[in-house]
Amino acid sequence: MMLNRLWLIPLLPALGAALQLLAGRRLSRRAISVISVGLPGVSFAWAVGAFAELLGRPHHLFTQVLYTWLPAGAFHLSNGTLGQFVVRVGLLLDPLSAVMLLVVTGVGFVIHVYSIGYMGHEQGYYRFFGYMNLFLFSMLVLVLADNYLLMFAGWEGVGLCSYFLIGFYFERRSAADAGKKAFVVNRIGDAGFLLGVMLITVTFGSLNFEQITAAARSGHFAVGNGVITAICLLLFLGATGKSAQIPLYVWLPDAMEGPTPVSALIHAATMVTAGVYMVARSSALYVLAPTALGVVAGVGAATAIWAASMGLVQNDIKRVLAYSTVSQLGYMFLACGVGAFAAGIFHLMTHAFFKALLFLGAGSVIHALGGEQDMRKMGGLWRKIPITFATFLAATLAICGIPGFAGFFSKDEILWDSISSPYGHLALWVVGWLTAGLTAFYMFRLLLMTFFGPSRLTPEAEHHLHESPWSMLMPLVVLGALSVLGGYVNWPVARFQHFLAPVFANPVALHSARYGHGLELGLMAATLLVVLVGIGVAYAMVLRRPGLADRLAVAAAPVYELLVNKYYVDELYDAVVVHRAQDLGNLLAAFDQLVVDAGVNGVGLLTRLTAELSRLFDKGVVDGLVNVFAHAVRLLSYPVRVIQTGRVQNYAWMITLGALILMAYYWLHVH
Amino acid sequence: MTFLHEHILSIVLFTPLVGMVPLLLIPAENKNALRWCGNVVMFLGFLVSLPLVFWFSSAPATEGLFKFVEKTPWIPSIGASYHLGIDGISLLLIMLTTVLGFLAVLSSWSAIQNRVKEYYVVFLLLQVGMLGVFMSLDLFLFYVFWEVMLVPMYFIIGVWGGPRKLYAAIKFFLYTLAGSVLMLLGILTLYFRYHTDTGQYTFNYVRLMEHASAWPLDLQLWVFAAFAIAFAIKVPMFPFHTWLPDAHVEAPTAGSVLLAGVLLKMGTYGFIRFSLPLLPRASADPRVVRVMVTLSIIAIIYGALVSMMQRDMKKLIAYSSVSHLGFCTLGIFALDPQGLSGSVIQQINHGISTGALFLIVGLIYERRHTREIRELGGLSNVMPVYATLFMIVMLSSIGLPLLNGFIGEFTILQGAFEANWHWAAWAVVGIVLGAAYMLWLYQRTMFGPCDNPKNQILKDLNWREIMTLVPLVLWAFWIGLYPKPFFKVLQQPVEAIVTEVHPNFYRPAKAALSKPPSSQAPHAARPGRLLGVQGRPRP
Repeated sequence: MMLNRLWLIPLLPALGAALQLLAGRRLSRRAISVISVGLPGVSFAWAVGAFAELLGRPHHLFTQVLYTWLPAGAFHLSNGTLGQFVVRVGLLLDPLSAVMLLVVTGVGFVIHVYSIGYMGHEQGYYRFFGYMNLFLFSMLVLVLADNYLLMFAGWEGVGLCSYFLIGFYFERRSAADAGKKAFVVNRIGDAGFLLGVMLITVTFGSLNFEQITAAARSGHFAVGNGVITAICLLLFLGATGKSAQIPLYVWLPDAMEGPTPVSALIHAATMVTAGVYMVARSSALYVLAPTALGVVAGVGAATAIWAASMGLVQNDIKRVLAYSTVSQLGYMFLACGVGAFAAGIFHLMTHAFFKALLFLGAGSVIHALGGEQDMRKMGGLWRKIPITFATFLAATLAICGIPGFAGFFSKDEILWDSISSPYGHLALWVVGWLTAGLTAFYMFRLLLMTFFGPSRLTPEAEHHLHESPWSMLMPLVVLGALSVLGGYVNWPVARFQHFLAPVFANPVALHSARYGHGLELGLMAATLLVVLVGIGVAYAMVLRRPGLADRLAVAAAPVYELLVNKYYVDELYDAVVVHRAQDLGNLLAAFDQLVVDAGVNGVGLLTRLTAELSRLFDKGVVDGLVNVFAHAVRLLSYPVRVIQTGRVQNYAWMITLGALILMAYYWLHVH
Repeated sequence: MTFLHEHILSIVLFTPLVGMVPLLLIPAENKNALRWCGNVVMFLGFLVSLPLVFWFSSAPATEGLFKFVEKTPWIPSIGASYHLGIDGISLLLIMLTTVLGFLAVLSSWSAIQNRVKEYYVVFLLLQVGMLGVFMSLDLFLFYVFWEVMLVPMYFIIGVWGGPRKLYAAIKFFLYTLAGSVLMLLGILTLYFRYHTDTGQYTFNYVRLMEHASAWPLDLQLWVFAAFAIAFAIKVPMFPFHTWLPDAHVEAPTAGSVLLAGVLLKMGTYGFIRFSLPLLPRASADPRVVRVMVTLSIIAIIYGALVSMMQRDMKKLIAYSSVSHLGFCTLGIFALDPQGLSGSVIQQINHGISTGALFLIVGLIYERRHTREIRELGGLSNVMPVYATLFMIVMLSSIGLPLLNGFIGEFTILQGAFEANWHWAAWAVVGIVLGAAYMLWLYQRTMFGPCDNPKNQILKDLNWREIMTLVPLVLWAFWIGLYPKPFFKVLQQPVEAIVTEVHPNFYRPAKAALSKPPSSQAPHAARPGRLLGVQGRPRP
C-alpha cells in the first residue's frame, strides 16, 4: 500500500517547499515549523513503511513508472541499431535506494527538528525551511530515480539548494561567493556526468538502471571495454564534483558559510554522498572497467589523506569538520574503487550519523557561544554543555574508529577490503591507515580544544553561554545513539552487506583466499594503534604542552604554511582557470568590439565613403556637365534675355519701335 | 464552425491588423484608452491563436504535413499566392509569438509615455509580420512578411530607443536587409529554375521543395549559401552577431523581448523550414555541416565568455542569446531527431527565458534608469518578489533540470553527441560558463548588502508586472516537467526533415555502424519523400 504511493515521499517535501517559498512570508513561525518539519516527518514514516513492505517483496525490488518525460524520437546506437530515445519519470526502490531513502528521510527529519531551535531567531525562517524542503525533494528524486537523467535532475536540484543555503546569509559577500563557487565547480563535474549519460545512451540505448545493469551483466561487454571505461570515468568526474574529491573538492570547505544545519544535512550526511551513491548505482559498469575502478580507488585514497592533512591545522570548528568530510568521502570512494561497494555504502550510512551529529554538536557549541566558531576561543565547555559534550564525544569516538562505535565497523571493513580485494593494493591500505591516524589526531584536537583545558572564552561568549534547547538536544541524542549502535546492523553477521548483495553482484569474489583471518586481526590492531597514537599526540599538544603546537609550527614553518594555506590550491585554480577565463572573456569582448563589430562598421563606413565619392563625382562630373551645358545656354541666351524684362511698357516701346522701323522701311522702299 | 476551421490562420494573422482600426480612431491624447485598446487587441490575438492548439492534433494534414492550409491566388501572373499552413514547428513558434507579443505590450504600460498611439500601432504591425513569416507557404509571401517585419522594429528601436537608437536601428535594418537581398536571390533561383524545368511559375513551398531537393549538389550549395547568410545574420550566428547587442541595448524593453524572443527565431526557423528540406544535399554536405557546427560551437563558447565580462545587464543577456542560439543551430546541424526537436524546443525556451530576462531588466530600468550592474546590488532585500521571479527565470536560462532550458539543451547535446561526440564535448563548456555568468550577474545585482540609497527605496513589483512574468514562469515549468506534448507535435515534421537529409536514417543498415548514413549516400533512389504529398514516414 505504502509502496504504491512511493511518489508521496518526495512529493511531501516538495509541497512544503512550494508552500514556504510562495506563502511563507505570511505564515507564523509556528505554522512554518509545523508544515516544514511535519511533512518530512510524514515522508520518513512513509519511507519506513515502504521499507517494511519492500522486505516482504521477492528480490526486494519495486519499480514504478509515473509518466513519460522526454520522448525525443529515434536515434542510432553505436552498434548500428535504431533505438527510441524515451526517458520516463520512474522510481526504483531496491536495497541500495532503500538504505539511502531511510538515511535521507531519517537524518533529514532529525536535522529539520534541530533547525527549529537553531534557526529560531533568524530572519528568513520561511526561506530557510523552503530551501531545506526543496533539498529533501531533490535528494529523494536523486535517490529514487530509476534512470540516469532523472537522477541528474535530482543531482542538479540538490546542487541548487546547496547554492541557496550556502548563500543563505546573502548579504555577506563571502557567503554569496561560496555559493556561486560551489555551483560552478559542481557544474564542471556535471559536464562530465552529462557526457557520460550521452555515451550510455548510444551504448545501451537506454538510461534505465535495471536495463543497463542487465545489459552490463549479460556478458556482451568484455572486462576492460574502452567505452565502458570512458563512461565510468565521465560519471566519476561528476562524482568528484558533487562529493568533493580531488580535483574538484575546493568548494566544500567554503560551503561552511551556510547555516550549520545545512552543513550537517547537505554538506555531510546526504548531498555530498550522492557521488558515492551514483558510483555504487553504476557498479555493474565499474566492474567491467578495472582501470576506472583503479582511478576511483586512487582518487579516493589520495583525497582522504590530502584533506585530512589540511584538517590538522584548521582553527575554525566547522572547517575541521569540512575537511574531515572530504576525507571520509575519500574512504567511501576507496571502498567503491576496490569493488567493495557495500562497504562504501555502509560507511556512507554510519558517516551520515556521526558526521551529522558532529556538525549539529558544533552548531550547538556555536549556538551556546553566540556565534563563535574559532576553537582558540573555546575550551573547558564540557561542564557547561554536558549533553552536547556527551553526544559529541560519541561521534568523535565513532569517526576515529574506536571499536564498538559505528565508524569502527565500516572503516575497518573498508581498510580490510582495500588490501584483500582483488582490486586492492598494499599502498591503498597504507594511505587509509595513515589517514585513520590523522583523523584521530584532528578530531581529538578539536574535541580537546573545545571541551577541555582552560576556558579561553570572550566575556560576551561567557555571558551568553547556555545549553541548547531540547529541540536541538533531542536530535543530538538520537544521532548519538545511532553513532554508537549503527554499526551493529552488520555485526556479528554481515546482514547489511547481504541485504545489498543483489545490487552489487560481481563475478569477481571480493575476499580472495590469499589473506587469512589472522592478517585481518593484525591489520585491525595496527589501525587501532595508529588511532591511539593520533589521540595521544593530540592530547600532548593540546593539553599537556599547549606551547608545543606553536613551536612545531615555527620549526616546520614551510609545511605548516602549506597546510594552513590549503596547499594554495584555491590560488592555483584562480590563477590558472578563473582569472584566465575572465581574461579570455575580456579579450574576446575587446575582439568583438574592435574586430568583428569594427568589420561591420567598416563595411558601413566603406559604403558611406563610396557614397561620398559618388556624391562628389555626381556633383563634380555628372552634374557639372549638366551645369556646363546650362551655363552655355545661359551665356548664349544673354542677348535675348536682356530684352525679356517682363515689363509691358518695355514691350510696348519695342512694339512701337518695331512698328516705326517697319513703317520707315516701307516708306523708304516704296518711295 | 467550418469557416473558422478553414480560416483560422488568417484570423490569427489579421486580428492585430483589424485591431489597428479602433486604435487609430482613439485620439492620441487619450493615453489610457490607447493602452487598454492595444492590450486588449494583443490579448485577443493570443485568444484566437488558442484554437490552433486545441484543433491541431485532430486537424487533417492537407498539403504534405501542413494543416489549416489556406490558398488563394494573389498575383497569378507571377505565380504568387496567399498560401498559409502550419506544422508542429510553426505551431510552437506561433504560440510563442502570440504569448510574448501580448506580454511585451503589457509590460510597456507605464514605460512608454510619448507617442503612445504610434507605439501600439507598430507593435500590432510587427505582430502581423512575425506571424506571417511562420505561416507562409509561399516564398513570395514569406519574403514580403520577412521584410514587412523589419519596418516596425526599425521604428521601435529608432523612436523609443536609448541614446544611440539611430545607430542601432539603422545597423539592425541594413544588416538584416543585406541578408534578405541574398535570400531573395536564392528564392528567385528556385523560382526560375523551376520554370526552366517545368514551364510553370510558382512560389509554392511544397512544389519548389519537391523540385529543388533533387537538384545536384553544386547548385544546392549556391542557393544554400544565399539562404544561410540571410538566416545566419538573423539568428545571429558568429560572426554576424554584432548588431544584436547594439539593438538590444538601445531597444525599449518590449522591443528587446520580441527581438530576442521571436525575431531571432526567424533565422533558425528559416534553416529548419527552408535550408534543410529544400536543399537537403547541401545541408548534409560534410563541408557545410563542419562550417555550421564550428560556427555554432564558437558562438556557444564565445558568446558565454564575452557575456561574462559585460557591465551592462542588457548587453550581458544579448551575448547570452548568442550563446543560446548557438545551441539551437548546433542542434539543427546535428541533423538527427534529437538535435532538431531539441533545437525547436530550445528556441521556445530561449523565447521564454530570455524574453523574461529582458522583462526583468526592463522592470529595474524603469525604476532606476540604469542597467549598469555595479549600480545595483542587494536588491533581494528590497524587492523579494522580483528576486524570486528573477531567480526562477535565471535558473531556467542556465538549464536547470525540471525547468525548460534543461530539456532543450540536453536534447540538443544528445543529438550532437550522436552525430559526433566532439561537438557535445565542446558544447558542454557553454553549460559550465552559462552557470558562471548568470549566477555572477544574479549575485552582483541581487545579493550582498543594499547600500546604495537609490536602491533602498525601490518598490517591489505590482500586480501587472507580476502578471507579465508569471505566464512565462509557468510555461518554463510546464516544459521542464512535462515536455511530452511539445515533442509530440514536433515528431512528424522532424522525422520528415531527417528523412530528407538522411534518407536512410530510419532504415539503418547494420553495416553503417555508429555514423548516420552520410550525405554521400546515393540520393537518386529516395522512395521516402516525406514532406511532400506522400504522407508520413514508415520507419
